[in-house]
Amino acid sequence: MSGKPRLGVFKFASCDGCQLSLLAAEDQLLGVADTVEIAYFLEATSRIQPGPYDIALIEGSITTQHDVERIKQIRADTHFLVTIGACATSGGIQALRNWSDCDEFVSSVYATPDYISTLATSTAIADHVKVDFELRGCPINQYQLIEVIQSVLAGRRPRTPVHSVCLDCKRRGTVCVMVAQGTACLGPVTQAGCNAICPEYNRGCYGCFGPAAQPNLVSLTDQFSANGMPREQIVNNLRSFNGNSPEFRVESDRIQAEQDGEQ
Amino acid sequence: MISNASKMATDSPRSPSLWVPKTVVIRKITPEVENVATYHLAFTDADAAASYRFKPGQFNMLYMPGVGESAISISGDPESPELLDHTIRVAGNVTRGLTQLKPGDTLGLRGPFGSSWPMGQCVGRDVLLVTGGIGLPPLRPAIYQLLKRRQDFGNLHLLYGARSPDVLLHQNEFDDWKRSGLTIQKTVDRSVFGWKGNVGVVTLLLERLHSFDPSNTVLFCCGPEVMMRFVARTAFDRGLTAEQIWVSTERNMQCAVGLCGHCQLGPQFICKDGPVFRYDQIAPLLTVEGL
Amino acid sequence: MTLKEENHSEENLPATPHHEVFVAIDGFALLFDVLKSSGFQIVGPTIDQDAIVYDQIDSVDDLPKGWTDVQKPGLYRLNQRNDDKLFGYNVGPHSWKKYLFPPNVALSIGKKNEDGWEFQEAPDDPPKLAFLGVRACELAAIRIQDRVFVGGDYVDSTYQKRRQRILIIAVNCTQAAETCFCTSMDTGPRCTDGFDLALTELDDGFLVEASTPEGKAIVDQLITLEVTRKQQQSAELARQNAVDQIKKRMDTTEIRDLLMSNLEHARWDEVASRCLSCTNCTMVCPTCFCSSVEEVSDLAGENVERRRQWDSCFNLEFSYMNGGVVRDSTRSRYRQWMTHKLATWIDQFGTSGCVGCGRCISWCPVGIDLTEEVAAIRKDAP
Repeated sequence: MSGKPRLGVFKFASCDGCQLSLLAAEDQLLGVADTVEIAYFLEATSRIQPGPYDIALIEGSITTQHDVERIKQIRADTHFLVTIGACATSGGIQALRNWSDCDEFVSSVYATPDYISTLATSTAIADHVKVDFELRGCPINQYQLIEVIQSVLAGRRPRTPVHSVCLDCKRRGTVCVMVAQGTACLGPVTQAGCNAICPEYNRGCYGCFGPAAQPNLVSLTDQFSANGMPREQIVNNLRSFNGNSPEFRVESDRIQAEQDGEQ
Repeated sequence: MISNASKMATDSPRSPSLWVPKTVVIRKITPEVENVATYHLAFTDADAAASYRFKPGQFNMLYMPGVGESAISISGDPESPELLDHTIRVAGNVTRGLTQLKPGDTLGLRGPFGSSWPMGQCVGRDVLLVTGGIGLPPLRPAIYQLLKRRQDFGNLHLLYGARSPDVLLHQNEFDDWKRSGLTIQKTVDRSVFGWKGNVGVVTLLLERLHSFDPSNTVLFCCGPEVMMRFVARTAFDRGLTAEQIWVSTERNMQCAVGLCGHCQLGPQFICKDGPVFRYDQIAPLLTVEGL
Repeated sequence: MTLKEENHSEENLPATPHHEVFVAIDGFALLFDVLKSSGFQIVGPTIDQDAIVYDQIDSVDDLPKGWTDVQKPGLYRLNQRNDDKLFGYNVGPHSWKKYLFPPNVALSIGKKNEDGWEFQEAPDDPPKLAFLGVRACELAAIRIQDRVFVGGDYVDSTYQKRRQRILIIAVNCTQAAETCFCTSMDTGPRCTDGFDLALTELDDGFLVEASTPEGKAIVDQLITLEVTRKQQQSAELARQNAVDQIKKRMDTTEIRDLLMSNLEHARWDEVASRCLSCTNCTMVCPTCFCSSVEEVSDLAGENVERRRQWDSCFNLEFSYMNGGVVRDSTRSRYRQWMTHKLATWIDQFGTSGCVGCGRCISWCPVGIDLTEEVAAIRKDAP
């Protein structure tokens, strides 16, 4: 042991945006960099060191058989494994393939589909290995990430809220877009972390931070329906960045089944 | 008509902030059992030390800057407040953080807060102290006071249960306490080789207890809610009434002064109306799931 | 003459009505200048984000002239009036509590030096604020928060400091929303006390009533006229109009015992199936006071600040303690909120925590109406 905890940052199927959040937190990152040894972080340095790692940050979802093998190896090499972002914690926007025919995508997008080896689904890291902490968000909140790293180093429970986006809207004085404008908003069932940015700009919440604690999806989608939103659109709303998170998935499947049953 | 509160809000002189902790220094850390240690704290400011008094059963908010506050009952002698004992089990972020501190380190303290064990009720009566595990430290200040004026009270019994013999707290003081006139009975859930004491829940000790007069007894109980309910039930069987029983309750105490809302149990703010309640004031609330 | 006196008594006028004067609409702008020259920042109603909110305002032009609102459970819409009333709306998404009990405020700061930690009160110098447009239910809410924050053994200095620096200019309601039920809670719609000035808006100006020396000092600097009989009658009609428009009722008979003896009522499960546990009702409530404290620390961890933020009993973590979460279901959290607001608040503070403003009804995204919940429990209480 060199004395400093060893940190690894690993990427799976993702846009790199969460790793960029980490890099964007320059000042804080420098502070953290002093207290850890960055052993693996391709986005920041090409110097690669083998495990074991005290802390691993995992970005991205599992979409190939190779991913499945690789995450198992990282897990075996890691003491405390943290997944960061919607891809790693729920499968990400690419999990939309879970409701579609993946082979059809491959054959229509790629000139030589034979070269493509992929799974039919995009799934969360936790579906494959034990995860010690999940940090939500599309992208993650850099301050929350620093909090998680500092907490893990100090042996604390990270203080990241599980309350709804609504609380943050109210704290900052944003008027409810659902009540005042009839805008469909996932805020009441979505975990805070973004400081309620979309409603502040007159948009409904897209659910970037995934389901809040004990969310009541059925009641909210009933209200969307009562406000005149077609079922198809409700399903689309739920199936976005965190569409494959269990709570959002169960609800969109339920509404889809209702719609299919009527047709 | 303007209410009194509104008058106070608008007219009265500004009150000092409740939110500013006083600095305390860790004088000594006594390891007790696994994951439990007693922190002996002293104010760095002479005025703060001189004005500080607490009653048995009260608690302080201990503050680790950057981590947060935790409500910890005071476990030392109320007549020696120059060194404040806090017997702490590692449970959350603050208590875990405290394990990284050493004598000479400082932290913040707000307090004392909350209601106390009704020591006046004990005069001329038998006193039963029934507790389990980490529930003993909040009763320790009461034990000191009872033993200091031993002649004022009838029979004194401590009935103490724990998971196993190795997690019984403050055992090094038990001989002193016995000599001073406290009867001590211990029980454990799980026996180990060499244990000659009782095995089973603490209510068994209460069922079998002799030498107290149910009509002239007070019972103090501190432990998990389910234990306190069973202790009360057994006490009723032994002839006590709810008005003779006091319990110490726990909730998520944050501000400690009834202003943040976290620790409510029905009409009670556990932090300022409690933590010590006469059983009849709190019993109906303890049986409602999720109240 | 006799008839008119009878009208007076029906209108529930305060025992000692203050002297009223008339300020013409053209002279109303002067109020802003007088307040500013008296050192006040003015906060009051203005249109923002498709609603009438409370914010800093500079002149009459910032007021929601000619606007009103329509409210129903889970719905709020702005509408244009067919006149130029400045205060012709009902209470909206904001309440004055954000100025007296701010959503985010520093409580204490700590600094680590070679001798260890030192703590002191966080610097806090709130401005003198003039609240313009406070309704009767909101005066009641301020009275209730006074009891919470300064009426007990422990006084919250951040609240007290702000409270001592405000001037309250109330406005009598001349209409009501579908969600209003102040008459059930005995808090309105008439402003009877707790203000420095109270206005009643007429077509061509305001009746102005001063009830404190501070209020009187402001009025003395305005251009005022004696109130005519006709103006008096118009004001009474306008105020009566608010009373007449309030249709929502909540039966508060023995409400404390009703709720506390029905803690296992099936209705709690029913409402939990609709409740989002999203915290909106508690956030818009002008009396809800729950909060949590957050640590803000520099990277070295040697300068820290404790900040208090609004929190809510609807949050799962709110009742967290070592050993688990106490209120681990929406059922238990909704029950906590409603029984606290309407029942145990009475034990704690000698008053209901509800003022009948209806905000929790309008701003619930799924339109849960607590008056209906009370009625449902009352209907089949054993």
